[in-house]
Amino acid sequence: MSVKSAPAPVPPAPVPAAPAPARARSGGRWADRLLRIYAVLLLAWLFAPIVVMIVFGFNDTKSKSNVTWQGFTVKWWGRLGDYPELMTAVFNSVTIALLATAITTVLGTALGLAIGRYRFRGAGATNVVIFAAIASPELALGASLLSLFVSTGVQTGYATVVIAHVLFALSFVAITVRARVLGMDPSLEEAARDLGASPWTTFRLVTLPSIAPGVVSGALLAFVLSIDDFVITQFTSGPLTTFPLWIYGAVRQGVPPQVNILGTLIFGVGVVIAITHSVLARRRVP
Amino acid sequence: MKRLTPYLLVLPGGLWLLAFLVVPIIFMASVSTQEGDVVNGFVQTFNVGNYVQAIGDFHTQFLRSAGYGLAGTAIAILLAYPMAYWIAFKGGARKSTYLLLVLLPFFVSFVLRTVSWKFMLADDGILLGPLKAIGLLPEDFHVLQTTAAVIGGLVYNYLAFMVLPIYVALERVDHRLVEAARDLYASRLGTFTKVVLPLSLPGVFAGVLMTFVPMTADYVNAAVLGGPENTMIGNVIQTQYLVGNDYPVGAALSLTLMAATLIGVFAYARALGTENVLAAAAR
Repeated sequence: MSVKSAPAPVPPAPVPAAPAPARARSGGRWADRLLRIYAVLLLAWLFAPIVVMIVFGFNDTKSKSNVTWQGFTVKWWGRLGDYPELMTAVFNSVTIALLATAITTVLGTALGLAIGRYRFRGAGATNVVIFAAIASPELALGASLLSLFVSTGVQTGYATVVIAHVLFALSFVAITVRARVLGMDPSLEEAARDLGASPWTTFRLVTLPSIAPGVVSGALLAFVLSIDDFVITQFTSGPLTTFPLWIYGAVRQGVPPQVNILGTLIFGVGVVIAITHSVLARRRVP
Repeated sequence: MKRLTPYLLVLPGGLWLLAFLVVPIIFMASVSTQEGDVVNGFVQTFNVGNYVQAIGDFHTQFLRSAGYGLAGTAIAILLAYPMAYWIAFKGGARKSTYLLLVLLPFFVSFVLRTVSWKFMLADDGILLGPLKAIGLLPEDFHVLQTTAAVIGGLVYNYLAFMVLPIYVALERVDHRLVEAARDLYASRLGTFTKVVLPLSLPGVFAGVLMTFVPMTADYVNAAVLGGPENTMIGNVIQTQYLVGNDYPVGAALSLTLMAATLIGVFAYARALGTENVLAAAAR
């Protein structure tokens, strides 16, 4: 289960601000100050390896292992293509993530709608399977998929990785959409039907716009889960390489600065998407 | 038509889960009792001895993984709680910005973050190198290949899963209850232990669920940051499947891990109230 990064959550409804307690003693202020220092230190710890990754993309390293600082350079940015297999790996990661996201979003939205809105035979079993998919160790999902592929003689590669990524992102998308569906006012749909809208028109003009934020969050989550994934990918990839697999394979001989740069670029795209998403979500809430 | 709608909605996703989650588990169970090797093929002999062999050979790694998972989860609670508390109660208007800051590092690939730690903690790397140069640390001091490095890596990689649910639970605490406690002359500590902490426990429980399982089954941190003494059950399963091609023993181990995890998780969810855990996990 790897929500390596859940999407920026929709900011919760504003809680009425507590008036500053007039009787705060100096002890309380000290506790607040300590807590603040702690928060800054923890954030520094969380960001340390990211900063190192970005900075060492500019390291003028002479040897293959990029471990000690040897001066500033931007030359690696022009030499991204030095490792063609690395570029192929990144290309695979991005296209697999896009494909898996598209499939997962459609299937997960339908699944989320069904378990959030309807009562039907098998709803309980569906919920249990969805919960089991989230609760199972990703390693066990990968091992069972590989057992299936080995037993049935399916050659692992691009398609099996897409299948695996859809499998483990599906449940996360479904529960994200379900949460949104549960928060939706059912009388809106009834009103649309009463006013003569067909089921399809009701879905298109009422249901879909109301659950859209959940669908977008789910899609972002699926993309991040897929592009980041290592464990289930390693089990189902066969000869195929993705960006995380390439890095893992290169650890022993030393990871070249190009990896830092590509990591920085992917991080940059993620940051832009996350900030846009959280700004848009904030605007929708008021 | 209306009665069919939920079935049509469930069908594609449900079939996917059936074909690639339920069916593979059945195949894994079948593989786990087979005998043979990758060259001559595997034959079903219902050999339960694979389980005896797997547990006998690798119970150390099982226990070690559980220990690392427990230690990592406990440390993650201690680190995440104050952070979530600070954001929820002291974050003011910038709450969502702070939360985003906690999540941002997780936009860098899991493997890349772990590899970055390996470089930082290397024996002559940017942290230990200078300290050794000025004589603050002995020359043979090392962090990599130790239990501390592996558990530290696990905590680092899964911390966000602990911060998020605790934050959500704290965020829902009604501030009027806190005011009431203060008005009734509860001390700051009393207000925390009697009001805030109990109300936030569902978040902690959800966090435990979301960190303990992936930490216990992790093999990347042990492989990158640990040494031969830190091998976890995940490393064993990965080796059996992808290096040794000993699928039966790998399958037996993997199925044991999965069964233990799912039984534990469902028992845990039931004991604490499924609704609470699920609701918190769904956010």
